[in-house]
Amino acid sequence: MINKLFQRREAPLLIILAALVTIVCLLQPRFLSPGNLQSVLLWLPLLIIVALGEMAVILTRGIDVSVGSILGLSGMMTAMALRDYPELNIYVAALLATGIGAFLGAINGGLIAGAGTPPIVATLATLGIYRGLTFVVSSGKQVDDYQLPRNLARWSIDGPFGLSIPPYVVWIALIVAAAMHLFLTYSRTGRDWYAIGGEPDGASDRGVPVRLQTFCAYVLSGAGAGLAGLLYASRFGTVNPASIGNGFELLAIAAVVIGGTSIFGGSGTIAGVLLGCLLLGVINVALAVLNIAETWQSAVYGAVILMALLTDDAARRRLMKGARHK
Amino acid sequence: MKKLRFFLMAFGASLTLLAGCKPDTPPASPTATSATPPTTATEAGTTTATTSAPAGKVRVVYIPKNTGNPYFDGVVKGFEQASKEIDIDFSTTAPAQPDPTAQISFIKDEIQRGANVICITPNSVDALNSVFDDARAKGVKILTVNADLTGNESHRDGAILPTDFDKLGANQIELIGSLMKYTGKFAILSATADAPDQNFWIKGMKEALKDPKYAKMELVGIVYGDDKDQKSVTEAEGLLTKYPDLKGILAPTSVGVAAVAKVVESRKVADKVIVTGLGTPNTMRRYLKDGIIPAVALWSPPEMGYIAAYASFGMSKGDVKMTPDASFKTGKMGSRIVGKNGVVIAGPPLVFTKDNVDKYDF
Repeated sequence: MINKLFQRREAPLLIILAALVTIVCLLQPRFLSPGNLQSVLLWLPLLIIVALGEMAVILTRGIDVSVGSILGLSGMMTAMALRDYPELNIYVAALLATGIGAFLGAINGGLIAGAGTPPIVATLATLGIYRGLTFVVSSGKQVDDYQLPRNLARWSIDGPFGLSIPPYVVWIALIVAAAMHLFLTYSRTGRDWYAIGGEPDGASDRGVPVRLQTFCAYVLSGAGAGLAGLLYASRFGTVNPASIGNGFELLAIAAVVIGGTSIFGGSGTIAGVLLGCLLLGVINVALAVLNIAETWQSAVYGAVILMALLTDDAARRRLMKGARHK
Repeated sequence: MKKLRFFLMAFGASLTLLAGCKPDTPPASPTATSATPPTTATEAGTTTATTSAPAGKVRVVYIPKNTGNPYFDGVVKGFEQASKEIDIDFSTTAPAQPDPTAQISFIKDEIQRGANVICITPNSVDALNSVFDDARAKGVKILTVNADLTGNESHRDGAILPTDFDKLGANQIELIGSLMKYTGKFAILSATADAPDQNFWIKGMKEALKDPKYAKMELVGIVYGDDKDQKSVTEAEGLLTKYPDLKGILAPTSVGVAAVAKVVESRKVADKVIVTGLGTPNTMRRYLKDGIIPAVALWSPPEMGYIAAYASFGMSKGDVKMTPDASFKTGKMGSRIVGKNGVVIAGPPLVFTKDNVDKYDF
């Protein structure tokens, strides 16, 4: 039983996480205080939702570096809509944000699956274009906290059943993760993504609609980043065209890769991605609660990530052999 | 309707790209807006010599660091306000990125178009020297706004600076001190570790804390949010975890102070931890009105623009000399005295509270 648990690809990650939390707690016992646990939890939802979409793309042997800009453009447009139409229901706003993201993802998908542009080139181009459009639509002006509905901010403060830990945004992320797990396991599209990444030519021979399913992965990646745009507005209040989602793509890709998804596609689990996100959240919060000099923080951060990747022996072997998902 | 337009714009631009008709040029190209109808504008590049503004009108242009920076929208508002009161033809234009040399072509264009005064927030203290010299040789006045050409003051006619930075640190300590009743532990959340303005103010704060008045206040730590939302929030949460008996957080950066306010709200400790610092009324309005934070300070960018407009008008007419101890009137803002090196200080920082915040919009 225990033996079987340790064969799972998430096991090394769990051990690193436990070791990290133990060390941090020894240095700063208040790391496990309720307030601080809330900080860790609030760190996660945006990252989880964006990382899950990114994972779908990476499974197909692609990459989407435009997710930070999609988050920005969709978050900005939705925040402006909420500002200009105060009567707009926030659940409708959530659909709007997801829809805008899906549309922007569809453009990526069209360029990649339709026009055959390499994923890194296509999404690098749209990274710049979507960020530029964020400035254009907002005329460079930020949306301030007081212009957004109060119940949107409450998503990041209150939780269901009158409990404030964990807040609604965390539940939203977990529901999305559960849905994504079911989708990957039981849907034709989900299984095709593994097949495409594992062996693109073989998948095509076996009758997998490679271009269609690749397109779908980018749409999903965009949709996730789009929804995260609204959650960003909920979490941070101020929506500034330059800062919203800026650099988020690197965080999302790091979470996916740390979580054991092969960068060459074809293998990876939702549980791994969730653990990857949790590890990044713990590192970031830990750096803030330990007295590590500002000048050392980036180096420590990079070192922990590198350690996580190297220690994940199973992931390393998969990277080398390019083994397929079973 | 407005909404529909930007949706169409975004979709249209994306579709053009999809069709492969257009290379991926960055869409955030420099923009120019005019406060008055462009009837007096003369096109550069015509064969006839460019004419200057109609008799009496003074052509003033303001070039901020870059487009899309909300801070400078406030400065522009001040110029626009003044242009309703005095006979100036005001316009503003800026490069997309705040690069040291990006403003050069904008300055050249404005000289060509017959500007009488160029107001500028320079992106460099020395890269613009020669283009400023060219402009001044052609009779165009150069006034820096919000920042000076430190060490190169001889290349401009004058400078309008927001507030007395030498006193700002002490001013911030007095603000948080009075709110904390001068007792307890507090921490500072700054921008980046190498931000020159913040570091200068923090030096002033540490100096001010030596005053016996603040003997019962203890500065326990300085953290850096890098002016990023996520990092600022995480650092502020870290402060609350590290120092459970913290009484105050001072954030002399507008991104930082908003993040700290958000954190004390979500951790539900607004009644225990006093948050203040430098922030704009628009960003902090709700936190002030909901009682999350008691007060926040900032100089007024509109006031700076307003004073710069009056100074420009006076300089162009020859009524105002930017020489030490000279003074000039500025409509509603009273008169200002020119300091050494031709520097004019707009005024002391304003303090915004729930009672007065609605009077301001920037």
